[in-house]
Amino acid sequence: MAVNRMTAHEVTQKIIDKRELFILDVRNEDAFEDWKIEGENIEYLNIPYFELLDGVDEIFEKIPSNKDILVVCAKEGSSVMVAEMLSGAGLNVSYLQGGMKAWSEHLEPVKVGDLKDGGEIYQFVRIGKGCLSYMILSDGEAAIIDATRMTDIFLDFARKKAVSVTNVLDTHLHADHISGGRKLAELTGASYWLPAKDAVEVTFQYNALEDGNVVKIGKTAIEIQALHSPGHTIGSTSFVVEEKFLLSGDILFIDSIGRPDLAGKAEDWVGDLRETLYSRYKELSGDLVVLPAHFMRMEELNDDGRVAEKLDVLFTKNHGLNIEDETDFRKIVTENLPPQPNAYQEIRETNMGKITPKEEEQREMEIGPNRCAVR
Amino acid sequence: MRAIKANLLLDAKGLSCPMPIVKTKKAMKDLEAGQVMEVQATDKGSKADIQAWANSSGHQYLGTLEEGDALKHYLRKASEEDTVERNHPVTATNDELESNLDKDIVVLDVRESAEYAFNHIPDAVSIPLGELEERMNELNKEDKIYVVCRTGSRSDLAAQKLAENGFLNVLNVLPGMSNWTGKTTKLDG
Repeated sequence: MAVNRMTAHEVTQKIIDKRELFILDVRNEDAFEDWKIEGENIEYLNIPYFELLDGVDEIFEKIPSNKDILVVCAKEGSSVMVAEMLSGAGLNVSYLQGGMKAWSEHLEPVKVGDLKDGGEIYQFVRIGKGCLSYMILSDGEAAIIDATRMTDIFLDFARKKAVSVTNVLDTHLHADHISGGRKLAELTGASYWLPAKDAVEVTFQYNALEDGNVVKIGKTAIEIQALHSPGHTIGSTSFVVEEKFLLSGDILFIDSIGRPDLAGKAEDWVGDLRETLYSRYKELSGDLVVLPAHFMRMEELNDDGRVAEKLDVLFTKNHGLNIEDETDFRKIVTENLPPQPNAYQEIRETNMGKITPKEEEQREMEIGPNRCAVR
Repeated sequence: MRAIKANLLLDAKGLSCPMPIVKTKKAMKDLEAGQVMEVQATDKGSKADIQAWANSSGHQYLGTLEEGDALKHYLRKASEEDTVERNHPVTATNDELESNLDKDIVVLDVRESAEYAFNHIPDAVSIPLGELEERMNELNKEDKIYVVCRTGSRSDLAAQKLAENGFLNVLNVLPGMSNWTGKTTKLDG
């Protein structure tokens, strides 16, 4: 039987369409426990490839014959080996091209909405890691917000749309993934904006983003209005785009809120986080569509693959916005937090320009789920 | 770190997953029980995988050294030593040794140099069992010598050998490093 190659894009489509898939993950057990491909109708079997060197007979009966079968490993090599063995035993199987490395780096651009005078806003869903970046297009110009380090994907997209990137913005200093912001700005000559309060230690030139700043994109001037919203980091900033969209960074997610502890300041920042969510955001229009910088669970994706919800819906449904008592709130966001993201200290230092790891090292640093939220 | 002795060197540099483990598994067949293999690899993922593979196949993962882009993994082939009968009459428990460490004693570690390199009791003297015959003269016959290995079998043979050669005060430590909870150190650069 044939061994097929499935791309990260094809797997993403299956997940968005909620199709059934059987994943044989042949990475070692720790790696699988820590992080895997998630989806509503995915069934798993985790057997490390080195247990299968003598043959696949023992697992053969655990593999269903009526589902698509995808063999997954870290970089591809082992999954090809195991897929070939299964194929030799008569099964029709696929392997994931590029393995979990490709999965972690795959970005799926999805249109979130139209802006005035033909402008558009796109969400780039990094499905394997739960990161969300944005591109705002207007009249031949583009702004990129919370870019991941896979800068080629943004540049190719801008080329296809025939726009030049004029502004690159980060809502905050990221701790879970390496920002592509600075590199994009260098490659395109765009201005790079960072919240001043997050950038005190950075080693490069940037434009200081302050409360009330307005960044204009295109001649028709789509306005990105900066709203200082501390709590996840001291400088965390949200952007209001055309009074339609609220890019909430790592402050507010669809089903959770930002955690205040990744710079070691949970106690100091918890008050800011509450103030931002319960006062500043409360004053905004409930019709704003919230576009966060992350999602944690596949359930947060809408049917079309977007991650977006109206602010007033979140004020009713998001548990993190409905904790009446301030002491309870303080407790929830500072105690029993999930483990911190892999290598988050090194990631912060990289984003400050203090260290410059090689690409392979950057990849290793980002392995695993993002864990920026508290539910 | 000074050179660690290995019975077999496997060069898996430049190979990507799954080949480092495929080759290690194959090479392990040529090794005798208790011998040490050094696997050189450049695939970063090999570190976690070789540990997990060793655990599941019963071999001992000793440790990994990083030298530039190369990783050197050390493995010791599974041996039946746990079941070997012990004959040296004088023994000490791990706890007894630990409480005597500040006294005037000698701790003799008879495991392979690679085992010693990654984890040993501070100030322990390393003479692998296979080298004891010829290096016995490095030890003093009047000293109180606590002999330690991983599970107490190799140290039993070593203790017998020392006693036969006129060492007066030799104790076999049971069970040894496999259950050692006291301080340890490793060789460093």
